Amino acid sequence: MLKQVQHDNIKSVKSAISAGHKKMTIQEALFQYTLRLGDTNLILSQRISEWTGHGPFLEEDLALTNIALDITGAAKSFLEYAAGIENKGRSADDLAYFRNDRQFYNAQITELPNGDYARTIVRQAMIDCFDFYFYTELAKSKDETLAGIAQKSIKEVTYHLRHTSSWVERFGDGTEESHNKAQTAVNELWQYTGELFEMNEVDEILIKEGIAIDLNGVKTKWGNHMAGLLEKSTLIKPENGYMQTGSRKAIHTEHLAFILAEMQALPRMYPDAKW
Amino acid sequence: MELTQFEDVFEGKLAKNEMVEPKDWMPDNYRKHLIRQISQHAHSEIVGMLPEGNWITRAPSLRAKVVLLAKVQDEGGHGLYLYTAAETLGISRDELLNNLHTGKAKYSSIFNYPTLTWADIGAVGWLVDGAAIMNQVMLQRTSYGPYARAMVRICKEESFHQRQGFEIMTHLSFGTADQKAMAQDALNRWWYPTMMMFGPPDSESPNSENAIKWRIKRETNDQLRQKFVNQTVPQVEYLGLTVPDANLKWNEDKKGYDYSEPNWVEFKSVISGNGPCNKQRLLARNKAHDEGAWVREAAQAFAKKRKEIYEAA
Repeated sequence: MLKQVQHDNIKSVKSAISAGHKKMTIQEALFQYTLRLGDTNLILSQRISEWTGHGPFLEEDLALTNIALDITGAAKSFLEYAAGIENKGRSADDLAYFRNDRQFYNAQITELPNGDYARTIVRQAMIDCFDFYFYTELAKSKDETLAGIAQKSIKEVTYHLRHTSSWVERFGDGTEESHNKAQTAVNELWQYTGELFEMNEVDEILIKEGIAIDLNGVKTKWGNHMAGLLEKSTLIKPENGYMQTGSRKAIHTEHLAFILAEMQALPRMYPDAKW
Repeated sequence: MELTQFEDVFEGKLAKNEMVEPKDWMPDNYRKHLIRQISQHAHSEIVGMLPEGNWITRAPSLRAKVVLLAKVQDEGGHGLYLYTAAETLGISRDELLNNLHTGKAKYSSIFNYPTLTWADIGAVGWLVDGAAIMNQVMLQRTSYGPYARAMVRICKEESFHQRQGFEIMTHLSFGTADQKAMAQDALNRWWYPTMMMFGPPDSESPNSENAIKWRIKRETNDQLRQKFVNQTVPQVEYLGLTVPDANLKWNEDKKGYDYSEPNWVEFKSVISGNGPCNKQRLLARNKAHDEGAWVREAAQAFAKKRKEIYEAA
């Protein structure tokens, strides 16, 4: 099985390289779109769950673990769907554990190290806010499976956003130390938010089909919401300057390969095993 | 009422199998015993999150990751109910945590052993949670109301965890040769530490007598240990694994297995701080608490500001 997986990996790298020359099919676009959603949830959950057992106090430890649990569940649903779309005999686990970093489409912001608690919370609030508006639209997708996952996720994300927003407020308008930590986090993370709204050929094909979401609309709502939250929290919203980019082409920060090395170690060490 | 009358009411409740509630009078040593036991139990849940949390980012399937996250979250939840139950006895969470962080309070010594492989996550669920349930089932009927009620919920979740642990062991034992070897290795390392979880032999157990009198405990350490062995051996056989005890033998007369005692010298050594992970577990708890100080301060400062705004309005 491993040889087959490696072979498929090489093939998909080759097809990624030659993608510029051939028009993508709807099925290929849908596969990549679903991977993007699955990978973003999977890698973020991987990061968030590093806090389990190490949170600043017990209630918060539980809340963050709960968020990790919800987004791992979402990752699983998206990757199962992706495996079905691809229809080459790979399972959701194969997609999670046997692709390399140049085949992951998660937004780079999810793979950044957690940093201190303010940084973890600010990032989570940024993504929760994105997810809230994104899933609200995706719930209306013509693709019933994506719409279904989005509907389930909205309920969870509404709670996550309420929770993380309340902490952004506490940090911003708490002590001088918490304010500075939160502002530093906002300043440093802002350059990774542009990527969330990037669209490429995948989006173009699927928007025509009524499947994907036009992210320009989400961007406006996200921007307004974040501006309001930061103002309420006495934090300054950075200017939209230089934005990091790459994940739509499966190009990542240096952190992702380490995350995968840890996450994929067991299945790759025992490729014939079932767990 | 005279003190003797209070004592009569208390003894009467015990005799009639009624619950003692937070506002009821209770003897000081009953209160002390309960604070010690409930907080030790709460600390065990919280420290227990560490060896299991150790494998969340390396869980080998998406399902295994979801199940493990949920399990560790449950353990944290148990810690929360138990701290709350202890607080009803007149001690604060800060004080309880301080006792843990300074090493004054104990937690279950089993969590001073490392989880080295994925099979250890199976073994912890199956054996450690299995042993914990055996200790805890009787606590659902314990005399102190808040503790008994917390235990009802905890036992339900623990038995679920035990099944999940056994499921991991089943996958491994019926999997590839490497997986089966991993399962056997985990059983070898966890068997005796699990047996130690029931506490020292009855002849050397200083807290048992009062605990049974007060219905905080209903069976002795040795009785529970025997029950655990009797229950677990057939499960080991089903898995096709071997209990690491050459003296293990069915004894028809006592309708139970004869077994080797765990190494009680090691038990005392680990309890007194010299186990594989004692220092790192305590360091991890202290680090999380210390690094979380500014978070808790921010929350308090924010709440104070909001209160002032509200009162001024």
